[in-house]
Amino acid sequence: MSALRPDLAIIAREVAPASRILDVGCGDGALMAALRDGKQVDARGMELDRANVTECVARGLSVIQGNADTDLADYPDAAFDYAILSQTLQTTMRPDLVLEQLLRIGKHAFVSFPNFAHWRVRLSLLWGGRMPVTRLLPVAWYETPNIHHVTIDDFRALVKERGIRVDGAWFLSGDRLTSDAAANFRAEHAVFLLSR
Amino acid sequence: MSDPFGLNRHIILPGPLKLDGGTALAPVEIAYETYGTLNAEASNAILICHALTGDQHVASNHSITGKPGWWTRMVGPGKPVDTDRFCVISSNVIGGCMGSSGPQSIGPDGRPYGMDFPVITISDMVRAQAMLLDHLGIAQLYSVIGGSMGGMQALSWAANFPARVASAIVIASTARHSAQNIAFHEVGRQAIMADPNWREGRYLEDGKSPDAGLAVARMAAHITYLSEQGLTEKFGRRLQNRDVKTFGFDADFQVESYLRHQGLSFTDRFDANSYLYITRATHYFDLAEEHGGHLANAFKGCNSRFCVISFDSDWLYPTSESRNIVHALNASGAPVSFVELSSPFGHDSFFLELPALDRVIDGFLKAGGL
Repeated sequence: MSALRPDLAIIAREVAPASRILDVGCGDGALMAALRDGKQVDARGMELDRANVTECVARGLSVIQGNADTDLADYPDAAFDYAILSQTLQTTMRPDLVLEQLLRIGKHAFVSFPNFAHWRVRLSLLWGGRMPVTRLLPVAWYETPNIHHVTIDDFRALVKERGIRVDGAWFLSGDRLTSDAAANFRAEHAVFLLSR
Repeated sequence: MSDPFGLNRHIILPGPLKLDGGTALAPVEIAYETYGTLNAEASNAILICHALTGDQHVASNHSITGKPGWWTRMVGPGKPVDTDRFCVISSNVIGGCMGSSGPQSIGPDGRPYGMDFPVITISDMVRAQAMLLDHLGIAQLYSVIGGSMGGMQALSWAANFPARVASAIVIASTARHSAQNIAFHEVGRQAIMADPNWREGRYLEDGKSPDAGLAVARMAAHITYLSEQGLTEKFGRRLQNRDVKTFGFDADFQVESYLRHQGLSFTDRFDANSYLYITRATHYFDLAEEHGGHLANAFKGCNSRFCVISFDSDWLYPTSESRNIVHALNASGAPVSFVELSSPFGHDSFFLELPALDRVIDGFLKAGGL
């Protein structure tokens, strides 16, 4: 699992063996394949991009071409042990509704997203006066898929307001974990484990 | 007894085959072919179900036209459906005209059945295939694969024989026929029945078959298999072997000439009554209706893996129909893959050169362990 993106590596480590997961926005299926091969997890995926879906199915993964905003409603309640949404929340039309769906169909939900309040982003906006283009946010404003930028504190406020329990939180600066303290300033990336 | 495996096989099973329409068929004739070798555990069998006007010649030359099989690019040694690894079985559906029981078969009164042949359904076709598998000693299929009407059979297999299906690949298909699907076929059937040679289906006795009607039915249906973009790219408004319009009703345009050729050549290999029966069978197909009105119920207790594939230019069985199947499979908890592939060729895309389709089918089959 060493080749996994850092946020996916955390999720892969925390998921219980032989559980059932749905990876929403599963990309090329790297996390699913790692969980299937390393932890005997029953992994299902959903992905918007046709080429990615084709790749996933070609590597033997159960992935459907679908949209997190519209297609999660078809799954029954508590169908999965974990519903996973990695680096996808900020691309959805209604992140709050997607979050509700994740917690309906999964007993737990992993959500990871790039933190828009990281100091480098703040500096870029403060001094440059332009929408930040950073390592984790590499695409210019007009073509980025990220239509709902979010900060760690924004996310914490949302889950608190919705009565969602935070069972775990990990903050990443580059490939390394960084402390909870001042995470909203220091973390480039956050991973939350949530439940109802 | 002759080897039940190989090309151009034909079996007469005693039956009776109980039909959805309330009657029974006996005996049951099935024309079929097998490719590759069944392993000792009989665990490498793949059933390929053909579409409306297809037949058992998946990867062998057609017994009438001599043309290559309809899916040679997918089925064969080293192909995605690899006959070095799998034992592939394909049979002509009952109601068909390529050797299985159908309106051409001789009925109890010594004459061809014609319209006295019982109306059959997709489930009836599948039950006949199950009888064939019993005969071949195959308890469970590694996979059942079908496009269009073949996809309906694959779905019906998974829903009605869940223990016999380890995986199913459903391509450009639907869980039920829409009003538009029924409407197009009704045009075709009326064209056949309006042909004076049809004679209430009794044409086989006097040797004059309703070719004009069948050709029109094929022409109308053929349009639905293509896409506007495909037709425009292939023909546009180009004229056929002439520089100027004739201001008559000859085939001035290339697309007219093409359709006439499609219609005419179809009558060489297909029986008009079979066309009536098989199109009828597709209309009665409604997998949800068979299972209390809820499609998800059709897949309850089903341990099969599913792969559902649609094409973005297919307006006959559009992606929304495949999504409908996928939603039901998700609701029932079945492991399902779904992809809408991009292709300009419309419904017929699954016959044509489409590398992404090969990769998906190859990967999905390999994930089953063989």
